[in-house]
Parts: sequence; structure tokens; C-alpha cells
Amino acid sequence: MARVVLEGLRKTYPNGFQAIHGVDVEIEEGEFLVLVGPSGCGKSTLLRMIAGLESITEGQLSIGDRVVNNLEPSERNIAMVFQNYALYPHMSVYKNMAYGLKIMGLPKAEIEERVRKAAAILELTDEQLTRKPRQLSGGQRQRVAMGRAIVREPSVFLFDEPLSNLDAKLRVQMRLEIKTLQANLGITSIYVTHDQVEAMTLGHRLMVLNAGNVEQLGTPIELYQRPASLFVAGFIGSPAMNFADARIDAAGKNITISGQAALPLGDGGMLEHGGRDVILGIRPEHLELVADAPDAVPMTVSVVEQLGADTLVHGHFGESKSNLTVRLDGIRHIKRGETLPIRVTPDHLHVFDPKTEKRL
Amino acid sequence: MLKNVHFGPSVLPFLLVLPQIAVTLVFFIWPASQALYQSVLLEDAFGLKTEFVWFRNFEELFSDPHYWSSFEITVVFSFLVAFLAMSFALVLALLADRVIKGSGTYRTLLIWPYAVAPVTAGALWVFMFNPTLGIVAYALSALGYEWNHQLNGGEAMALVVMASAWKQVAYNFLFFLAGLQSIPKSLIEAAAIDGAGPGRRTIDIILPLLSPTTFFLLVINIVFAFFETFGVIHAVTAGGPAGATNILVYKVFNDGFVGLDLGGSAAQSVILMIIVIGLTVVQFKYIEKKVSY
Amino acid sequence: MVENRPLLTLFSHIMLILGVAVIALPIWIMFVAASHPDIRMTQVPLPILPGGYFFENLDIALNRGLSGQSGQGVAHMMVNSLIMAMMIAVGKIAISLLSAFAIVYFRFPFRMFFFWMIFVTLMLPVEVRILPTYEVVANLGMLDTYWGLSIPLIASATATFMFRQVFLTIPDEMLEAARIDGAGPMRFFWDILIPMSRTNIAALFVILFIYGWNQYLWPLLITSEPQMYTVVMGIKQMLEAAEQAPEWNVIMMTALLAMLPPICVVIFMQSLFVKGLTETEK
Repeated sequence: MARVVLEGLRKTYPNGFQAIHGVDVEIEEGEFLVLVGPSGCGKSTLLRMIAGLESITEGQLSIGDRVVNNLEPSERNIAMVFQNYALYPHMSVYKNMAYGLKIMGLPKAEIEERVRKAAAILELTDEQLTRKPRQLSGGQRQRVAMGRAIVREPSVFLFDEPLSNLDAKLRVQMRLEIKTLQANLGITSIYVTHDQVEAMTLGHRLMVLNAGNVEQLGTPIELYQRPASLFVAGFIGSPAMNFADARIDAAGKNITISGQAALPLGDGGMLEHGGRDVILGIRPEHLELVADAPDAVPMTVSVVEQLGADTLVHGHFGESKSNLTVRLDGIRHIKRGETLPIRVTPDHLHVFDPKTEKRL
Repeated sequence: MLKNVHFGPSVLPFLLVLPQIAVTLVFFIWPASQALYQSVLLEDAFGLKTEFVWFRNFEELFSDPHYWSSFEITVVFSFLVAFLAMSFALVLALLADRVIKGSGTYRTLLIWPYAVAPVTAGALWVFMFNPTLGIVAYALSALGYEWNHQLNGGEAMALVVMASAWKQVAYNFLFFLAGLQSIPKSLIEAAAIDGAGPGRRTIDIILPLLSPTTFFLLVINIVFAFFETFGVIHAVTAGGPAGATNILVYKVFNDGFVGLDLGGSAAQSVILMIIVIGLTVVQFKYIEKKVSY
Repeated sequence: MVENRPLLTLFSHIMLILGVAVIALPIWIMFVAASHPDIRMTQVPLPILPGGYFFENLDIALNRGLSGQSGQGVAHMMVNSLIMAMMIAVGKIAISLLSAFAIVYFRFPFRMFFFWMIFVTLMLPVEVRILPTYEVVANLGMLDTYWGLSIPLIASATATFMFRQVFLTIPDEMLEAARIDGAGPMRFFWDILIPMSRTNIAALFVILFIYGWNQYLWPLLITSEPQMYTVVMGIKQMLEAAEQAPEWNVIMMTALLAMLPPICVVIFMQSLFVKGLTETEK
């Protein structure tokens, strides 16, 4: 177990491409940090820099109290779980798990003990230990890949999209297992994913990356409640947040979507931004259907998606072109073309600067 | 080409390529450059004096009717071998692809001539066609045809072509069959639904889709006929009668080793090298196509 | 087959059987000749059915050879061929594995230069550089040695390319996982890369064994001592002698012996053989 500290970490490829533009973060002992972002955002690169599989162009990386910038991956006291598991196809499950320990030069008895212990944690049977990886199911391979990480007794676990090769059902199950395992072992973990649900459910903290920059770092709830930028706002939450061009009135009390109904801004308004064009973000779950509220805005329904637990209603406000989605509980009988009175709860408005795309 | 992930700099990679590079330098590059060098030299019969003669060896070669006839013979020989070996193999492969049951057995029965050395193949055919004893020659004479490839140049050519093609059928069959089996069944079924019968499908669908394989095999067969049939010629005709089967590779060997004409042999080597380079380029152009296909 | 046409299928089978018969005919005639006594080889027409003299001929071919010659059989030639074929196959695989490993897994100066140098060997078959190569081997004192028979033939662009192709299909994560496990380059090569390429190695071995066994021009050039002759060369020498004394039964038995090992390899390791042939052409 160790703290991992990244200070001004940068990565520039020989061809001049800058993959990581400077990342600072202190990951506490036993913390579960999730790096999340769309493909190509640099999250895997950052993880591989921590692993030692990519060189660090600039900045300092410490694991525990050692600066590890120039150490080989095997010397960093880390373990990694790969997206495609990277199990050695010609070795049995046992040998796969034991290989690293063998190279470390551990005595046979200790290797055996560690492998058995890891197998017990992961509920791998003795019979499964003798099999080759290709004879295992996807979930079992995933377990073996984690077993290979556990036996090293590392101070940091690195996960590179470990669940993306599994089917949806198994993914949910393994997600739980990883969370439980990490909580039980208490090992500092860094986890890369592009799946925001995985990120929200697993991480103590999330780091949202976009084009090599850190967009926001915080707990899942912080990111959900106060997304720092348009990017984070659109990335976190499902279905995605609705955005519309809007304007704050001169007094800073109300906000108007493309000449439609004015919505009151909560918290005493935004006086300092009075008269500005902004982007307004509202989560689908923060729009409600109300019978006769004076501040309701009429929405014309274009598509209804019934999910059972909720109903997603897509449509637009009056003449406005911007599409928006409303999430309603339970089963609703709504038809295409209907007009619904929708109210926005003022506490849940997110206002962004259209130029900088930052939260106002 | 190179893995994205690779090992750091060290002397190790140099040590790893060293054996291959050493063998290549000593036994390939150096001799080839020697051939180039000798091709512009004239050496007297005792090897005492050498003289730099620019392209005179080549000029002599090109003004030598024997060389041109050898060239012609090689082209005819290669074309005949490629044509015979490929058409025979293609027909067999089309048939074997049709019969689902037993195509594996046919493959086993047809591929082993590949394992027979060209000289051995030559020995078998020369035995069958031996003018006094050979069983086929005997059968021919019973039909009223007196076969004697030791005297008749055309028959000698026919014999080396048959022996070489016989050996090469196996290889062609294997690649044609693999090519046929990689054509998606759905295409054939779609054509059948469009009303095309087996013959039509073969001509309209299968053969066009097989054309990359065909082209590839054509190059391979020409290379084979040019360079790897030395053993057949040596065993069956030794280039005769009267040079009727004296293909280029045999002539290089004969002029250099038996005739000891170093400069002339070297000049011939250089020309052969140019031919191989040409064929290799063609072959790799094709592979590029296959990759993007 | 899309539609059911029994007549066409029957016709296909008949044609295929005919094709097989044409291909097999020379082998059959060889086998028949190898099973008759020499006296029968002088009577026209020659037999078309096997006789009972097979093992006698086998003994003559292996241990005595043609009566007109020195009285040496081809047994030692078989051994020579085996040694040469093994050295060529193993040597080619070894140096190609190493160089492909270097070229795929390392970034180092002159990497592409080495690659092209290996590529160039494709364009220099022994047939086009007969004399100068002979001179090199002679100067190195390798005439009439197993080294001389094999080493000049072990540089192989084809094998290097094949292994390069194989290595390129091995996921990068294998190397990364191995590095996290603490394996250095050679350890990775032995523990991961070689085991993962073993079917390709086996397939290539089959092809190269046949290639090595069937070498003719090269041994013909560099061996002058009968002790170093290979069996494929032995056939040619017997053919020359056949002009005078037609002991075709012994010659055909020798031909049979010469083709037996490679044919066995093709038949018994057919899937590897097919894989080897098709992989090396990529």
C-alpha cells in the first residue's frame, strides 16, 4: 500500500504529439481512483506511464516514498490488469499467476502459497488452475488476470479497461467483485475506463480526462452535482445532460431558452453574469412533469422510450430547436405529438460559458 | 513493422541479427558483388591475368546465338511448365472443391510429389521414357510412335516439362484449393439463387475471385521453372540433345563449372539476378495488393 | 456444393481419381521396378506389377550400391542428407527467429538497413551466384564438410519474414505483462515468444527439412569426396552409370529411399506442412 503522487506529468511523443499536458494528483493509500474519458483522451497513456510501459517526458512520479520515473515496470511494485487480460496462452492458469514470482526468485513453496491464496480469494478451483486460459470463460480469465495481479502483493493495482471485453451482465457482476476485492485488500488502485457508470460506481475519486488535459478531479457526487465544464457535464450521467443556448436577463434573476419561457435562477440569481449568452444544462432527471404549475414550460413530444423503471421522453420546448430528454419515473402513457407541461427545478441548473465551456 | 511497445536501447539487437547478417554478407552479398565484379573482367585460362573489360562479357553474351537460344528455351520451358502445372492443378482443385466428401483424401493423395527432389523426379520420368526400356516409351512404340528424347529435342523438352510440372502440381493444387475454400459460400449460394449453374458459377464467380491466387502461382511457377529445375535438367537431358533443353540456370553452371568461363558465367549470373529481382518485385507488388484487398 | 447433382459429383470423383492416377503413376512404376531383380530390368516390356525382390534391392541399395561402382551403398548418403537437412532446417529457424525478434521488438540504429539486407537474400538464389559462392566456401576451407553443405543455405529471408509476421500478431500486452512480471528481453523470447510461435516453428521446420533434404546443386558443387555425397546426388550418379549397366531396380530403390523421408514428413505432418507452405508465402 502506498501513496501515488503525480506532479506535472507530461508525455510528448517523438513525432511531437502531446498526449498528456500535465497531470497533478495525489492518490491516497488505499484510494480507488478512476481515470475516465472518451477514447483517445490519454487515460490509458497516463496509466501506462504510471506502470512504466511508457516513458515520462516531464514531471515526477512517486510511488510510496520513491521516485520511480526511471524504474522498470517490475521494479515499481505495481500490478496491472489488461483489457484483453494478456494471459500467456501456453501456460496453465497456475503458471500464469506464478510466472512473475518465479522471475522474482521466490522459493517454490512461497509461490505455491501465494497462488493458492489468490485462487481462494478469487474462488478459482484447483481444477481451473491446471487449465489453459483459452479453456476458460471470459469472466474466469478476468479473475485469473486479477489473480496474477494479486499474487505480486503490489502496493498499487493498475486496471486498464478490464471489463470492456465482457458482456453486459458479467460486467456488472465483475464490477462488484472488483469493488469488493479492492475494499477488502485496501490496495491503492488506479482504474481506466471510458464507461461513466463503471467510473461512478467504482471510484472514490474520478479524474475526467479530455485530450490530455484534466477536466475535473473529484468524488463521483461532486462531478455529478457540480460538473466543472461542459465536457464533464455531458460525460457524466446517463442519459446525458440536456444543453440549450440561453440568455441570462439583465438583472441576473432569470434565464431564457431561445426566447422561450424564462426560468428563475436559484440561489439569488447570477447578478455578475447578467445579460450574458450562456449554455444551460439540465439533467433529464431534473425535469418534472407538473399539472398546473405557473412556471411550467410546454414541451412537444417527439419520441417516447419505455424502460419500465423509467420513461424517457424526447422533445423540444415550443418553437425551440434544441432537443431535450426528460426522465420520468415508472411507466407513463405519453404519445408522440402531445404537449407536456415541464418544470425545471431551479437548484439543478448548470450554466456554462459558451466560449471557455467552463462552469459559471 | 516495429511493435509500438519495444525494448530499450542496448547492444542485444545487434547480437541477435548478427548470425543472419554474417551469413548473408559472407555467402550472399559478397559472392553476388563478386559476380558483378567478375562480369566486367576477363580472365585468361590459367587465372594468371585479369583484365578490366567493361561490358565486353555482356556484349559477347548478347551476340552469342547460343545464349539467345538458351534464353528462348528458358522462356518456352517456363511457360509450358507453368501452364501445364497450373491448369492441371486448377481442374483438380475445382473438382476437389466440389466434392465435399473426400476432398481431404484427394489432397493427401495429390500433394506428396512436392516432397520429391527435382533430380529424383527427373530420374523417375527418365526411367519411364527410357527409349530402350521405359514403360511409357514401350507403350508409345506399341502405338507406333518411336520415342527417343536422347535424339529428339522436342521430345527432350516435353520430358523435362512433364517431370517439372509433375512436381509442381502438388503446390499449385494446394494453393488453388485453399483459394477456392476461402471464397465465401454465400457468394456461391447467391449466384445459385440468381440461377447460375455450376459451370456458369465457375466462370462468372469462382475464377475471377481466384485470380489473385492464379497470378501469385504464375509468378511462383515461373520462378520455379527458371531456377529450381536445375536438378530435372541435369538428371534427364543434361541440357541436350544439342542444347535443346539448355535453360539459363543450367548454362551458367555448365559454362562456369565445366567450361570455366568465369567472366561469361558471371555476366550470365548478373542477368539472372536482374530477372530474379524483377520477379521478386512483381511478387511483392502482388502481396501489397493482397494486403489491401 | 449448393445443389445436389449426383451425376456431376460422380463425374468429379472419376476425374479426380484419374488425376491421382496420373500423379501416382511415376511412383508406382518406381515402386514396381524397385521390387524386381536386376535381370528383369533388361527384359522389355518392364513389369507393371510388383515383384518379390524388394528387400533384396533394399539391401543392395543401402549397403552395396551399383555393381559397377565402388561397392558403396547409399546408407551413408542417407545419413549425410539427414544431417544436412537437419542443420539447414534448425539453422534457418534459429537465425531467423533471432533476427525477426530483433527487428520486431527493438528499435536500434540500422534496423531497416539490416531488414533490407535480409530482404535482398530473396533475390539471390544460389543458382545465380554459383561460382563466387563456391570460391568463398573453398577459401574458408569448408568444401566437403557438413558446415559447407549447410551454413551457406541457412540465411533465409522467407523464414525471417514469417516469424516477423507471427510476432507482429502477438498482442503488445504480452510483452507488457511480461515486463511487469520482470522478464527481460531474452527471458521473454524463451518463455513467451518461442512457446507462442511453436506451431509456426514446427510448420516451418517441415518445409525446411524438405527443402534441405532435396538440395542438389549446392552439394553437387561443394562435395567431391564420396563420403560426403547426399542421397539425392547419389541418384544422379547412378543415372550416369545406368547408361552402361541398367540396374534400374537399384536406382529406383535409391529414388524411393531418397524421397521416403520427405514424403513421410508431408503425409504424417500434413496439416503442419500445409500451414508451413501457406504461411511462408505471406
